[in-house]
Amino acid sequence: MPVHLQVNGKAVALDEPPHTLLSQALREHLRLTGTHVGCDTAQCGACTVLVDGEAIKSCNVMLVQMEGRHVMTIEGLGGAGGSLNHMQEAFRPCHGLQCGFCTTGMVMSAVALCQAHPDATEAEIREGLEGNLCRCTGYHNIVRAVREGAAMMKSA
Amino acid sequence: MGATDFANLPHIGEALVRKEDYRFLTGAGQYTDDIDLAGLTYAVFVRSPHAHARIRSVDKSAARAAPGVIAVFDGQDVAADKIGGLPCGWLITSTDGTPMKEPPHPVLAQGKARYVGDHVAIVIAETLEEAKNAAEQVVVDYEPLPSVVDTGSAKAAEATRVHDELSDNNCYRWAIGDKTQVDTAFASAAHITRLDLVNNRLVPNAMEPRAAVAQYNRSGDDYTLWVSNQNPHVERLLMTAFVMGLPEHKVRVIAPDVGGGFGSKIYLYAEDVCLTWASKKINRPIKWTCERSEAFLCDAHGRDHVSHAELALDKDGRFLALRVHTDANMGAYLSTFASCVPTILYATLLAGQYTTPQVYAEVHAWFTNTSPVDAYRGAGRPEATYLLERIVTRAAWEMGLPQDEIRRRNFITSFPYQTPVALQYDVGDYPACLNKANEMADVAGFAARRQASEAKGLLRGIGYSSYIEACGIAPSNIAGALGARAGLFEVGEVRVHPTGSVTVFTGSHSHGQGHETTFAQVVAARLGISPDQVDIVHGDTGRVPFGMGTYGSRSISVGGAAIMRALDKIEAKAKKIAAHLLEASDADIDFANGEFTVRGTDKKIPFAQIALTAYVPHNYPLDKLEPGLNETAFYDPTNFTFPAGTYICEVEIDPETGEVRVDRFTAVDDFGTIINPLIVEGQVHGGLAQGIGQALLEHCVYDRETGQLLTGSFQDYAMPRADDFPEFRIGHVCTPSTVNPLGTKGCGEAGAIGSPPAVMNAVLDALAPLGVRDLDMPASPNRVWQAIQAARKA
Repeated sequence: MPVHLQVNGKAVALDEPPHTLLSQALREHLRLTGTHVGCDTAQCGACTVLVDGEAIKSCNVMLVQMEGRHVMTIEGLGGAGGSLNHMQEAFRPCHGLQCGFCTTGMVMSAVALCQAHPDATEAEIREGLEGNLCRCTGYHNIVRAVREGAAMMKSA
Repeated sequence: MGATDFANLPHIGEALVRKEDYRFLTGAGQYTDDIDLAGLTYAVFVRSPHAHARIRSVDKSAARAAPGVIAVFDGQDVAADKIGGLPCGWLITSTDGTPMKEPPHPVLAQGKARYVGDHVAIVIAETLEEAKNAAEQVVVDYEPLPSVVDTGSAKAAEATRVHDELSDNNCYRWAIGDKTQVDTAFASAAHITRLDLVNNRLVPNAMEPRAAVAQYNRSGDDYTLWVSNQNPHVERLLMTAFVMGLPEHKVRVIAPDVGGGFGSKIYLYAEDVCLTWASKKINRPIKWTCERSEAFLCDAHGRDHVSHAELALDKDGRFLALRVHTDANMGAYLSTFASCVPTILYATLLAGQYTTPQVYAEVHAWFTNTSPVDAYRGAGRPEATYLLERIVTRAAWEMGLPQDEIRRRNFITSFPYQTPVALQYDVGDYPACLNKANEMADVAGFAARRQASEAKGLLRGIGYSSYIEACGIAPSNIAGALGARAGLFEVGEVRVHPTGSVTVFTGSHSHGQGHETTFAQVVAARLGISPDQVDIVHGDTGRVPFGMGTYGSRSISVGGAAIMRALDKIEAKAKKIAAHLLEASDADIDFANGEFTVRGTDKKIPFAQIALTAYVPHNYPLDKLEPGLNETAFYDPTNFTFPAGTYICEVEIDPETGEVRVDRFTAVDDFGTIINPLIVEGQVHGGLAQGIGQALLEHCVYDRETGQLLTGSFQDYAMPRADDFPEFRIGHVCTPSTVNPLGTKGCGEAGAIGSPPAVMNAVLDALAPLGVRDLDMPASPNRVWQAIQAARKA
């Protein structure tokens, strides 16, 4: 039985084995390789995507749970013609990324965090990003970027 | 061009937003696991569940018959094809003149498994799931043996031997310095401070797990290996020449986007060899992606030193001599650069920033039934800094001196300075770093902050660390004399295109450091063009000339210097072309801001026109000069560079729970010339997080009885998270390096090197009123609480 869902605004039907993870479906079947897998215990958050606007670790849910849901990956976040959304844009001048591997999940978590808490304080941002590991940046510039991104999202 | 002229060029010192960011922010980066090829197969490794076991037999028949399986290979298969063991790139000679012990490091176990996770067999199938299922059906008959996981057990006379062919578990007994002179200095010392410490074992945990894709092409009898690696040429050289016996030109190694390395991706790993070898056996491309739990078991780990140190001082707190004994854990086998980490990269740094006239250090390295240990961010230098800066602060406390004062009294202030442990520092200003750090950290306000903490029932402490590191690795001849089996130069090729844009090919590799931006700034500055006109190519042996890769904070100081040399050649040739076009003598041509001018005239010609002329040589001195504008330079440094700085940490501790919170962290570094401050500060932040992580959170633990890894996932191994840190305060002092034309020193490791002792000194300062004198890393709540309870009982 195929699973019907929306991925980045497009309807897709995926007929995969029942134990297929959402992260596998995105990476291997839809070739959306911007969603990364950095661990096997749902701890690192590199695979974070938005499901109906909520940040979800895609390695920790099954594809079959996605029937009728709206999934957004990093590839769907920007605008037409490859433009960046506010959160992506904020990460650049703040140097909120280095190797880029955690970045896509980090940005997705940050978008969800700031949509839910547009006025998050630094401490709240740090707490809100607890589920996303970064080994490069020491989080300093990620936190700056999320504050900037939140401000840009609010004023947009 | 001198370092001062260079630093004054446009784009140097500019916080340019990174060129690489767009692809990473849109998910368009291409990491090894993102690669898909027609006919791709998937590999899974069967790993030893035992820390130490004899392998009586491997029965592959059921696995071979499992659905989708293409091949199953074990140690016998690689031995039959004469696939050799993994080599170690640095020969350390013991004090008795014998070479270090180098037991074979097979890519698939030969009769014995020596750590949990040791590679026993490889299973290749049509899908990953089929490979995993079949791997469960490989029947290995193990005879478990007793194991040793720490150096204390490994060196015991009755210890089980990790390698049967060795008489004990010792790899080498090495020393540096003049023991007699040191002993003499101790005999006349007014005060001796003694300290035992453990540098805790760490797991590097780059966020992208290691991965490899190998493809064999029958048409050319050649191979391509995509691998998450920091130095593809070294990977290829070691694999072809030392392990597989393949001609080097038949193997192309590509390290595409790499999701962090921190040292752990320098090495040639067994998986890379197995995949390359097997891709020809099955004539299909193969992918292997390490799972995180697997990475904990089989990535090279870091640190793991046990040391005793003694510092002799005169009555005024001036250092007379330092005496150190260190036992270093090598793990079960020698990883690629394992042997030089606790020796050449460690003991040579034990003079620190101080005028200590005599230093003697002996290092004993031991094999254990654990994953191999190798360079991890800082590699030896964090271990040296931790030892030295802990004992210096303890000496200050014992002698009633402030932490900054004892450092100030012993700082080296004139350069060049020859240390008693081989290194010659070219330049630095240690008091300036200390003063600036004191200011930025508002040390003057510490007493008031401590009172405020006490009012809340909390303890507050302040800790100092004044680190130095040797970067820009390394002069090849010196490294060779010290046992290096490789050169340590770097290559840069500058290809000017006919329309004046530029592609640079560098042997350095970027896995987060932003080379594509920083190096473009260097080239743009020199040629007077926009950084947008410059692209940097790295990580592909098929495109880049032979280079040595990225580690030891060497990229800008060695790789950047190679590019500078190539630019010198470009400029010299372009001047000749300009002289011809402007009908002047070569010697009268100046080049600045992208224009060639004839001195004393208003005649000029832009760089782009020279580029075009070089490739459309109609009006060109063809009798004297080749067409084209494409130059390559290999640069071998004449000395190391010496980044240094002072870090000040302030912690608050809840004595009821033992929880340590870093309240303030100030880092003042002297990296020489800074090309892109945005990137440099990012490097410092990341290093600080790893160093503070080591001090407070991270600890790789093996069970002493069973040899099982107890911290094998992110659930058991505490990785630093966003809410573990305050905002960092970062400052700089600049004394340009005299070694390279950029004046740069390197910034990649400083944070991880300088921060652990600053944190631990702060923790011990906070706990001192309760009578706690000592504590090993990590200062976890449990350990701190236990130390408080023990002190209260005493």
